[in-house]
Amino acid sequence: MMRHLISAADLTRDEAVLILDTAEEMARVADRPIKKLPALRGRTVCNLFFEDSTRTRISFEAAEKRLSADVINFAAKGSSVSKGESLKDTAQTLEAMGVDAVVIRHGASGAPYRLANSGWIDAPVINAGDGTHQHPTQALLDAFTMRRRLVGKDDGIGQDLAGRRITIVGDVLHSRVARSNVDLLHTLGAEVTLVAPPTLVPVGVETWPCEVSYDLDSTLTKSDAVMMLRVQRERMNAAFFPTEREYSRRYGLDGERMARMPEHAIVMHPGPMVRGMEITAEVADSPRCTVVEQVANGVSIRMAVLYLLLGGNESDAPTTNTRTEEK
Amino acid sequence: MSKTLIRGAKVLGGEPQDVLIDGATVERVGTGIEAGDATVIEAQGQILLPGLVDLHTHLREPGREDSETVLTGTRAAASGGYTAVFAMANTFPVADTAGVVEQVYRLGKESGYCDVQPIGAVTVGLEGKKLAELGAMHESAAGVTVFSDDGKCVDDAVMMRRALEYVKAFGGVIAQHAQEPRLTEGAQMNEGIVSAELGLGGWPAVAEESIIARDVLLAEHVGSRVHICHLSTAGSVEIVRWAKSRGIDVTAEVTPHHLLLTDELVRSYNPVYKVNPPLRTERDVMALREALADGTIDIVATDHAPHPHEDKDCEWAAAAMGMVGLETALSVVQQTMVETGLLDWAGVADRMSFRPAVIGGAKGHGRPVSAGEPANLTLVDPAYRGAVDPAGFASRSRNTPYEGRELPGRVTHTFLRGRATVVDGKLA
Repeated sequence: MMRHLISAADLTRDEAVLILDTAEEMARVADRPIKKLPALRGRTVCNLFFEDSTRTRISFEAAEKRLSADVINFAAKGSSVSKGESLKDTAQTLEAMGVDAVVIRHGASGAPYRLANSGWIDAPVINAGDGTHQHPTQALLDAFTMRRRLVGKDDGIGQDLAGRRITIVGDVLHSRVARSNVDLLHTLGAEVTLVAPPTLVPVGVETWPCEVSYDLDSTLTKSDAVMMLRVQRERMNAAFFPTEREYSRRYGLDGERMARMPEHAIVMHPGPMVRGMEITAEVADSPRCTVVEQVANGVSIRMAVLYLLLGGNESDAPTTNTRTEEK
Repeated sequence: MSKTLIRGAKVLGGEPQDVLIDGATVERVGTGIEAGDATVIEAQGQILLPGLVDLHTHLREPGREDSETVLTGTRAAASGGYTAVFAMANTFPVADTAGVVEQVYRLGKESGYCDVQPIGAVTVGLEGKKLAELGAMHESAAGVTVFSDDGKCVDDAVMMRRALEYVKAFGGVIAQHAQEPRLTEGAQMNEGIVSAELGLGGWPAVAEESIIARDVLLAEHVGSRVHICHLSTAGSVEIVRWAKSRGIDVTAEVTPHHLLLTDELVRSYNPVYKVNPPLRTERDVMALREALADGTIDIVATDHAPHPHEDKDCEWAAAAMGMVGLETALSVVQQTMVETGLLDWAGVADRMSFRPAVIGGAKGHGRPVSAGEPANLTLVDPAYRGAVDPAGFASRSRNTPYEGRELPGRVTHTFLRGRATVVDGKLA
């Protein structure tokens, strides 16, 4: 297993499947009367959030607590960071306090990569979303959700998503979710199509392992899963699209469009949804929409990642001296 | 002042010759010159060039003495073989008045390592709103002829037109930092395949090219000359080539780093590769080399941009843009232009000394190596090979993209008006 989780592109097919399989095991914990494993007892995990986030931070915190880790939550607002402290100093301060892993959310693309690769700290780094770059645990929980729904909870064990057709719709340009999903779904054998107005597709997308379409209707009928991305209303002020209504008409998912999807196909959304913009309430509340499942699966996936990265499968004893030797 | 005899150096890469320096002047160039009481430098195998001239240096003083001063910057320049540098105007306060340019000019005189010719700002505070007192800066002791808002683009077309026209009165030139500001809001790196993957804000080539296209047309319209700073794209090369073929009075520079490095390096998210304009693609690098070889691009200029460590030891988006370059420029040019066969040493002398001195009007610099000329000279050992070690830099800053990289060639001696500023690779 790798030391850090920075990008979904870093995962091999087997590593990704191992995480998904481990997450299935973790999911069973949630069905128990006592939802807790002792795997990370005595280990401290810091959630280092430089960017506002509620659901991702809570999801990581729930995962850490279910593995019995000690949890430190660090939000940049109101901390020394807002007084000008650098990422390096913040991270080194936390490590000096004995943090065993850092979960980082940062507004700057590449910040987790820098943290993991600059010799600033030794602890494993888990990327909880960086700028418009990557959000690998989101891609993993999405793949987990797809595998459960499209392959099966038990049948899915050991399986990837070979041949499944996944459509991702919306603001690809500014989306770390889209980038992570394209990378991971390709690794897992799925066929990905991105759908967006041309303004919201990055220059340079031609090398990505996916198709790009500007037409939602023609791709819906060929999709096993349709993932709607959040579209911020402010984008129209920068002329990415003319109005909210025009966006909804051309790229929003409503009941009529959903009806044209294959019967088994699911609707996904990383949340938070902007109802009435990229998705109508009718679709969001339909049984085909997996938004709530995705949230539940997120905890299982993050448990699996923490467990595998922190070597929870070896022994519960902390490996204190290996870390100093690496220096 | 004493005499120095440089023995057996290949002048501009030609046949070995002896060069006798007497005081501040080249006394004789020939073979078999008697040393007499002169200090002898055995220079067999080395290349003798006219002292290098950099049209684009950031010395940071006044205001950011934590990253560089005129003294440390000119020491770095001498180490790199330079005898004259043009100091950019984006200091604190901005060099937009006669007072500031005279201060920088005086600090250069006092340093004694390298002549410093201040560049004046085009607009007050580099803000693009109001023309700075260009005439006053020209008439000052600093005698400014090159004006630039470098770091910022003179993006207002009317302001650019007026500036181009106004400086004609005293033979000035506007050096444009070509960057359309609206197209580069939040831009972090070259827009293309790598930026799409890394999720870093894209800096499109067209942001540079559209301004160059506009400015060469403006220069044509008002009959002025314009200089384009740090050209970085293949498209920019095409526009300058077209403009020159049309007879437009345009000159252009390229930095050493744009001749060697590409945006693939940004994959490391290491801000040492963050620079303005950004590193581009392999295709751009090759086009820039060709253009420098065929003369479409007139000169190499370093855009030496020192920054303190903390401004680079951080996440990409928070980091400052720029690289130091004075002490590695000649080596990069040797590797990318000479060793590829694109340029001979006479060509290097032209692109790094003769032409920049003409564009900037640096008196006594960029002169032929012949009797009676000022002894501004640089001696290079082209056979040297070594990894770049920033710890050895004379610059106060260490933000080089070449750390640990093996580059060819080494400046062994630099002479400023006959006085050795570098001896055996060490500052005198």
